[in-house]
Formats: sequence, C-alpha cells, structure tokens
Amino acid sequence: MTDIEHEIEQPDERAPKRVIGTPAPGTSMLGDGEPAARDAEVAGVTYQDETKARKAEKIVALCFTITFLAAIAFIISYVVFQVGSPEKTATSTLALGGSLTLALLGLAVGIVVWVRQIMPKYSLIQERHPMVSDEDTREVVAETFLQGAKESGFVKRPLLRRTLLLAAAPLGLIPLVLLRDLDNSKMPGAKFNETLRHTVWGEKTKEGKPLRLVVEGTGQPIRAADFNSPGGILSVVPEGYEHDLNALAKATLILIKFRADEIKSGTNLNWTHDGIVAYSKICTHVGCPAALYEQTTHHILCPCHQSTFDAADGAKVIFGPAARPLPQLPITVDDQGYLIAKGDFAVPPGPSYWERGDAEAEARSKGGHA
Amino acid sequence: MSSDLTTVPKGVAGPSNFLDERIGGANFLKRNLRKVFPDHWSFLLGEIALYAFILLLLTGTFLTLWFKPGMGEIAYNGSYAPLRGVMMSEAYASSLEISFDVRGGLLVRQMHHWAALLFVSGMMVHMLRVFFTGAYRKPRELNWLIGVLLLTLALVEGLTGYSLPDDLLSGAGLRITEGVAISLPLVGTYITFFLFGGEYPGEDIISRFYSLHILLIPGLILALVSAHLVLMWVQKHTQMPGKGRTNKNVVGAPFYPAFMAKAGAYTLFTFAVVAGLATFTQINPIWLFGPYTPADISAGSQPDWYMGFLEGSLRLMPSWEINLFGTSHAGTLPLSVIIPALVPLGLVMTGLALYPFLERWITGDHREHHIAERPRNNPHRTSIGMAAITFYGVLWLLGANDELSANFQISLNWTTYIGRVLVFVGPALAYIITYRVCLGLQRSDAAVVSHGVESGVIKRLPHGEFIEIHTPPADDIEAHVRGKEAVQMLPVEADGAGIPPKGMRGPLGKLRARMSRAYGGEKIALDEGHGHEDEHAAIGSGEDRSLTH
Repeated sequence: MTDIEHEIEQPDERAPKRVIGTPAPGTSMLGDGEPAARDAEVAGVTYQDETKARKAEKIVALCFTITFLAAIAFIISYVVFQVGSPEKTATSTLALGGSLTLALLGLAVGIVVWVRQIMPKYSLIQERHPMVSDEDTREVVAETFLQGAKESGFVKRPLLRRTLLLAAAPLGLIPLVLLRDLDNSKMPGAKFNETLRHTVWGEKTKEGKPLRLVVEGTGQPIRAADFNSPGGILSVVPEGYEHDLNALAKATLILIKFRADEIKSGTNLNWTHDGIVAYSKICTHVGCPAALYEQTTHHILCPCHQSTFDAADGAKVIFGPAARPLPQLPITVDDQGYLIAKGDFAVPPGPSYWERGDAEAEARSKGGHA
Repeated sequence: MSSDLTTVPKGVAGPSNFLDERIGGANFLKRNLRKVFPDHWSFLLGEIALYAFILLLLTGTFLTLWFKPGMGEIAYNGSYAPLRGVMMSEAYASSLEISFDVRGGLLVRQMHHWAALLFVSGMMVHMLRVFFTGAYRKPRELNWLIGVLLLTLALVEGLTGYSLPDDLLSGAGLRITEGVAISLPLVGTYITFFLFGGEYPGEDIISRFYSLHILLIPGLILALVSAHLVLMWVQKHTQMPGKGRTNKNVVGAPFYPAFMAKAGAYTLFTFAVVAGLATFTQINPIWLFGPYTPADISAGSQPDWYMGFLEGSLRLMPSWEINLFGTSHAGTLPLSVIIPALVPLGLVMTGLALYPFLERWITGDHREHHIAERPRNNPHRTSIGMAAITFYGVLWLLGANDELSANFQISLNWTTYIGRVLVFVGPALAYIITYRVCLGLQRSDAAVVSHGVESGVIKRLPHGEFIEIHTPPADDIEAHVRGKEAVQMLPVEADGAGIPPKGMRGPLGKLRARMSRAYGGEKIALDEGHGHEDEHAAIGSGEDRSLTH
C-alpha cells in the first residue's frame, strides 16, 4: 500500500496520467540539464544530456577495453592450449570460446550503450511515396516497349520467332541430358528395379558354396549349436561383405533364437533352423535398421519411426508406419554346422518403391512363402 | 576532450571523391544516409537470421579448409583414441580431425551448427512476425515469396549440411532421405539412383551434398537475401501504428549513424550468443556416434529441430500402402511415406506462399499497407496462423515421441495415437481459442479507448463505495490502439432486388462472398457506444466488468 503512494501523486480531482511502461512522474526522459539547447536544432533529434553522455562514454570505453583484453586472451589461448585429446580439446575450446564470446559481447554492449546514451534520441519523419510509377512514366515505358518490339521485327517476322523458340527448346534440355550419368552404375533405368530385388544372399562364395551368416562387427561365422539360448539375438551380415556398405544396406539380418513352441504360423518353418529365424534388419518403412528387440514380447522395434514387428509371427507389423513385414531369409546349416543362407529373400527387403509391386503375393502365387 | 568535426576529413573525402567521380555515389548517399528505420523489437527477428547466415558463411569457410568430402574407407589414425584403427570414410575422419586436431576446430564446428539452428529459428519467428502483422500485404508480397523460398532453401541447406560428417547419426538421416525419395511414385527409384550414384549408400552422396551445401544453395540464399534486403530498402520498412505514424510516412532513427551502429551491435550480439553456445553447450558430438554403417543405429536418433516436424509426421502415419496393379512391377504407392513426407510440408509452404494472394482475393483489398497490423485486429488471420503453428507443433513434438515416452512414462504407442487425434483437433481448437482471445483483446482495446486505463488508485466515495479511478490512456498508447483499421470486405451485399454483386454469383463467387463476410469487417468497434462512456472516461467507476463486457 504505502510504497504505491510515493509513486503516484494523490489525486484530487483528476487522476494521474501514469500508464504502465511510461516514466514515473517527476522523471524526465530528457534528463535534468537544459534539454537540447545546444547545436543546431533538428526536428526529431533530441540530444542526450552531456553529463550523462560523459558517464556513458566511460562505460563504453570499459566495454571496448574488455574486448581488447579478451581478444588478446584469445590469441594467447591459441598458443598456450594445444589440442589432441578430448580433455585438451575441451580446455582449448573453453579458453578460445570464452574469450571470443567475451570479446564479441564487450563490443556489442559498448556500441549499444553508445547508441542509446550518447547518440541523440531520434524521431525522424520521412515521407513515403506510393510504389507505383506515375501515369506518364508508365505510358512512356509502354510506348518504348512497342517501339522496340516493332524495331526488332520479332512480332512481324514469324519465321524468326518460331525458329528461335525451336532452337531454345533442345538447348534447354542439354543440362538435363548431362545429368544422366549421375548414376555411376550406368545401368539402364529398367534395371534399377532388378537391382533392388536382389541382395548378396543369393550369391555364392568363390568356392561355389552358399554364404555363411557372420556376426556383425567380429565377422565370426555362427555355429547353430552355439546359438542356443532362447531369446538370443544377433546382428548378422553376409560372409565376405562385412565392410561393403551397399551390400549391408539391403542384406543385414537380425537373427533370433526361439523355443520351438514360440514360433507362430506367420514364420516359415522351412526357412528356420532349430528355432533360429533370420529377418531382414532393414525396416520396410524407410530403411532404418530395426535394431531394438524386446525378448519377452518378441517385438522388433525400429528406433527411427517406431514400426514394431512380431518376430515370432513372421515379423508382421503390429504398430507404426511400416506397411509390410520384415522379409524372412531362408537359412540352414552347412556340413560344419555353421548357419548359411539357403538363397536370397523371396521379396525385396527395405523400403517400398513404385516398381516393387505386391511382391509378397507374387511369391505366394509362385507357390512360395513371403 | 576533443571537439567535433567541422569539415570532412581527408581520409574520407579523398576516397569518396574518387568513387563519386566514377560512380556518382553521392546522389545515392544523399538519399539514403539518413534513411529512416522504424523501431520495434519484433523488427529485429529477421536480423537474427541475417547475421546467423553471415556467421554460417564465415564458420563454414573455415570448416572447408580441413573437411574432405570423400566416402573412401580409411583407417582412422587421428588423436581420438577410442576410434583409432577403425575403418571410416574420409568425411568422418576429417570431421574428427577438425574436432580434435585443429585448434579452435571444435569451437568453430559447434558455432556452425548452432548458427544453423539459429538461422532457421530466426527465419521462422521473423516469418511469423510478418504473417501476424500482415506485413506481407501489398506492396510486399514479392518479398514474402522470397522469404518462403529462403525458408525452403534453408531446410535443404540444413539437411545437406548435417549429412556431411558421415557419422552414424547423419547416416540415419540420409537413410531416411533415401527411403522417402525412393517412395515417390514413378520417379522414386530414378531419383534415388541418380542422387546416390547408384544403390544406397554408394560412394557419391557426401561429395554431391557437399557441393550443394557449400556452393549452390548458399549461393542462391545469398542472392535471395540480397534481393530481400534491396526490396526492404526500396519499399521502406513497415511500422507499428502509433503517434504521428501514418501509412504515408516512416518514423524512426536514421541509418547513419544510429541504425548502422545498432545493426553492428546486433550482429556482434548474435555472434556472441552463438560463440557462447558453442563454448558452453555441446552439439552433435560426432565422435560418440562412430562411423556410419547401414546396419546400425542408435536409439533416440533425432534430426536437427527444423526437420522434426517431418520426422513426427512420418512417425504419426498409419501403415498404408497400395499396390495399384497387384503383383506387376509397378504401381506401389507407399502412402505411409509419401503422405507424411509431402503433405505437411506442402501444406505449410504452399499455404504460406499463397496466403497474401488468397487474402487479397477474399478481402478485395488492393491498397498499399505500410502500417503493421496488430494480430488481434485481424482475428481470422491470427487464428489461421495459430492453427498452423499448432499443426506444426504437434508434428514437431511427435518427432520426439520416443523421448516423450521415456521421460514422461507414457506408452510409446499412446503418444502416437494421441498425436493422430491432436494433429487434427489441435489446430481446430487453436483456431477457436485464438479467435475468442482476439475478440477479447479488441474489447479490452475498446475499453481502454472509451473508459481509460486502471490507475491503481482506489477512491472512496462519500457514501462509502470504493472505486478504482480510470484515467485516459497516454497519447502514444491511445494512438497505438487507434491505429486499428477494419479488415476490408468485398461489396457482398445483394442489391435491392436481391441480386448479389457481379463476381459473387457462381458457386465460387458465393464462397468468396461468404468468406469475405466472415474474414472482413469490423468485429468490435473501438468506439462502440455504451451510453455511459462519458462518466467513465474522466473519472471512471470501479466496475471491473466495464473492461470485460
């Protein structure tokens, strides 16, 4: 209550005219010296009070000095602090960044104080004019245009005009034609679809044997008998292609071991080996690796857009934007007991595309399993 | 203390004379040195984007001195011990080199990334300011279109930029880009094979994105930014309504020296904030992610914030896919990719680009506008804007639904289900609420003008009643409020014979007339008479209701 009193004069008959955001009564925006009585008077330019400006000058000078010192500190830090390890880099970044920030801030604050406390207050007025040109000018331009058009003969001579257009058309196509070899494989466009339908799992090793499944990272082949704890999961890549990113982008697998009674009808049992099932790890939505697996529910989850697949039931989609199950890879073991691919995926793995068609139905109609 | 200048010093006069004799610069300067710039905090938002862009050019150039845009595999032998000996692309190895083996490299890399985030943020809030104040209206439609184009380019520039380091996170972004590109009907596979130089990921995408990112797109942005500024300069900035400000003048500070100095200080502030962020807050610690391989991903992979709404719309979409021609090798439409990738972005960008023209078609307003409109005074526009923000905001939030789910213990699936509803209901609610708020604010403006402002002074009347004294608003505030102008409406009323005016007769014309009637017109008149306005104006009664009715 009381602290309001001294701010607002007690009204007698008229209320005070103070509004939030305006200065309290008694304080003048112009300071207490004689306002703007110096220099040539310009309308809309209100000079600052000289004593205030002198005080501000000192603040500005302090700010600029800080910048000077900080910039020197930056140069010294550059020489003193070396990089080469995360710890050293952290120290160097802190020293360089800290001094740079301070240097920039000092200059910025200094200039702001300069503008606000030393330069005059401005309320200059300038006229605006409509953007449109006046009628006369427009008329002259229109006449000039017609004159030029006439002189050029462009309208009068159709042969010239038409052949010019004719000439321009293929010329404009040249940049587009030049882009054809952007595809470095240089294969005909019709082959793109074929390429997308196959992965390296359909290939054989140099000795003509099917590719082994090897653990991603270590490259170790997997003996089926060793991969025997139900609920186990491995990220698997094709033997010989461990570092071929193009191959991995389509052929990476997620390998899961089930108890026999856990597997449901969606999974093709002929393509499993002793409860071990292999699915494409590449999500059928937009191709992220569906890398998360929840053992208790058998859910495979893609961390990008949360498509969720039921691994026990043919990796069918149970949630999220993916529209198709993760393709299952037919696997078996070789004579040494290592897991191998029985052949390629029956359907193209990875994201859908225009030429894909209903590959699942196509596979089924050929008597297979999708 | 030294005294002021009385003549132009030689150091300035000499070069000026040289230039004037050759290009006649004095004529230009005579007109422009004291060009007046109006002042309002919201006019500074676009400048943030401009200065962030300058900083991006500077820091980006520094980074190119070490970055190698190659995808050839090499064994890393730099000084970051955990990755030594690991096979990785040259791009990733050189990004690590910048981070750990170049003094100031990490600082500048982080500054570049922070400046990019600030660049897009600055553009977006600037665009919102322009939208909500109607500053895109004639004659500024062209500059608005340039702005929309700039925003689009900035998104592409960001995408190509954060794909460059070729770490596991940036690779995940590329993979999604590929998944979206290949989903496009008819041309998807072609676009993908051409973009990636063959099958994904190939060995070309980094170098191709690099030339787009450091040459083509920044070149376009620079050209468009220049055009944007030239148009702003020629058309003069809009100003807020206020005392002495009309549609025919500009009131403010002169370019030389005040505005120039302010702009300089603001540039330095922007740089300082970015430098501070880069110093004290880590961004994109690529060394923790490891090199890219299509076989791996880390949970919680998120794009930069401005791509979040696309990520969210991808996550939100139900699993729709159509095979138009069954099993034949054509006709697959992965709607669960095409729709979320194209529709929200298309809606927002097309809506932005067309808005000035649609508004003009509906209101029939062909006048020049140089006074910025207060958002409340065009309630439908403001509501449309808020609905669009809500639409964008829901998608953006859902782009982090895994984080929401983890941090707030909500089922992941439920975040998606709720999001699917919210993305439609949210904008509608936002529209209705905003509309009511705008009308409420207009009413309170009317109250300020006709009843005055609460003075905070309580008066006891002789018979014991307490009232709060209302006082007339300060001149500048009243002028600000009175700057209101009714939204223009087409002449939609039917004539005496009940025949609607020309152009409002067909189905489209009728729709136009209806929209015009709803969109335009005065909703709450400032001087809406209440009969008792005179008593309130000078002395005022204590009725709080008088401000809210």
